[in-house]
Amino acid sequence: MNVDAIIESMPLYFNGVLTTIKLLATALLVGLVFALPLGILRASPNLWIARPVWCFTYVIRGTPMLVQLFLVYYGLAQFEWMRESALWPWFRSAWFCAALAFAINTCAYTTEMLAGSIKATNAGELEAARSMGMSRATVLRRILLPSALRRALPAYSNEAIMMLHGTSLASIVTLMDLTGAAREMNSRFYLPFEAFLTAGAFYLALTFVLVSAFHLVEKRFLSHLRAR
Amino acid sequence: MLHGFMPTILNGMVITLAVAMASLCIALAFGLAGASAKLSKSRGLQRLAATYTTLIRGVPDLVLMLLIFYGGQTMINQVAPKLGYDQLIDINPFLAGVLTIGFIFGAYLTETFRGAMMAIPTGQREAGIAYGMSKPQVFLRITLPQMVRFALPGFQNNWLVLVKSTALVSVIGLDDMMFRAGLAAGASREPFVFYTVAAILYLAITTVSIILLRGLETRFSIGVKMAKL
Repeated sequence: MNVDAIIESMPLYFNGVLTTIKLLATALLVGLVFALPLGILRASPNLWIARPVWCFTYVIRGTPMLVQLFLVYYGLAQFEWMRESALWPWFRSAWFCAALAFAINTCAYTTEMLAGSIKATNAGELEAARSMGMSRATVLRRILLPSALRRALPAYSNEAIMMLHGTSLASIVTLMDLTGAAREMNSRFYLPFEAFLTAGAFYLALTFVLVSAFHLVEKRFLSHLRAR
Repeated sequence: MLHGFMPTILNGMVITLAVAMASLCIALAFGLAGASAKLSKSRGLQRLAATYTTLIRGVPDLVLMLLIFYGGQTMINQVAPKLGYDQLIDINPFLAGVLTIGFIFGAYLTETFRGAMMAIPTGQREAGIAYGMSKPQVFLRITLPQMVRFALPGFQNNWLVLVKSTALVSVIGLDDMMFRAGLAAGASREPFVFYTVAAILYLAITTVSIILLRGLETRFSIGVKMAKL
């Protein structure tokens, strides 16, 4: 173990951690914002509404995230109209493309998760709310979503961790995230063990932080379901 | 069609499938060993298996793959001269990919198998022993056939994720489907077309897997009453 080289590369890793966290937060936030309405549509009994959403999630969940990332980052540049559009400065940046691809990916998984949780809601609760005279929108806001979102929490914490690991793909499109930092250190010092083990340790630490954060959130929002 | 790149991409698909199948075999071995270790009475084995699953599931596949590919290369080339072997050894990316993916998904399968083994009542194993079967016989005749049914749903998930993970071996230079799609994209300057082709082929693999595994699930659930609401 060459500890000096690791210490010397620490600034590289700290910047990498920041990039990883920024990517993760952006992807999760954007993914969740879009997954909420999509999840409600996906759980609809009307097949004309549920099916198109299912198509989207099936395609995204059935293909590797690496392909999705390459389609966004390299693929879209193929088109003349893309290169001339006002959006081009965005799509030229690796950061934007990576965040977009990750957001689309996590959106698909979260949509399915939310839809499953919405469908599993106790029918009696909804009937009771309707018979109290609530409108469908009110039922959705006061009864369905609060309970469905709570019950989706444990599964969502898994998705967040998968996404944290997924962000390592950003290094393939030249971003200097944690994995990118490790690759940079490896090419500078030619010390693969030190470089990737350090990155692995950082990822483990981040995973534990995420797990404990979700534990706290679950404690707050799922305390009524805990065994007593 | 597609500037004549289709045959080479399809060949790449064969490599992708070969990587997936080979790593699945390794993952099955690691998974069964891990699950047995977690359920064994030995504290040491339990700890070892727990460390294995925690560490592997806490670190991204890509980092582990780069660690094993580059790190393994350095280690072999440091050890080999001491054994009197002078030439520089290159690790085959196929081998590195298969070993890494197998090792990683062994950890996920450990959890799947552990759940499935626990779902079988201990009384059945005890009955087997009481009939004079040896431990391997009990495993092969009683635990394994019933375990399959409980493990299949989890296994399907693990397999689908594994197939998608194989796309990463293109990063360490194996010329799988993804790698060839990339080459075709560069040569034709039509990346969108070729990555879409790759996406469609991955989707085809996933779809066929789901159909086959659903068939298996029906096959192994014969004689089990389904709970109905």
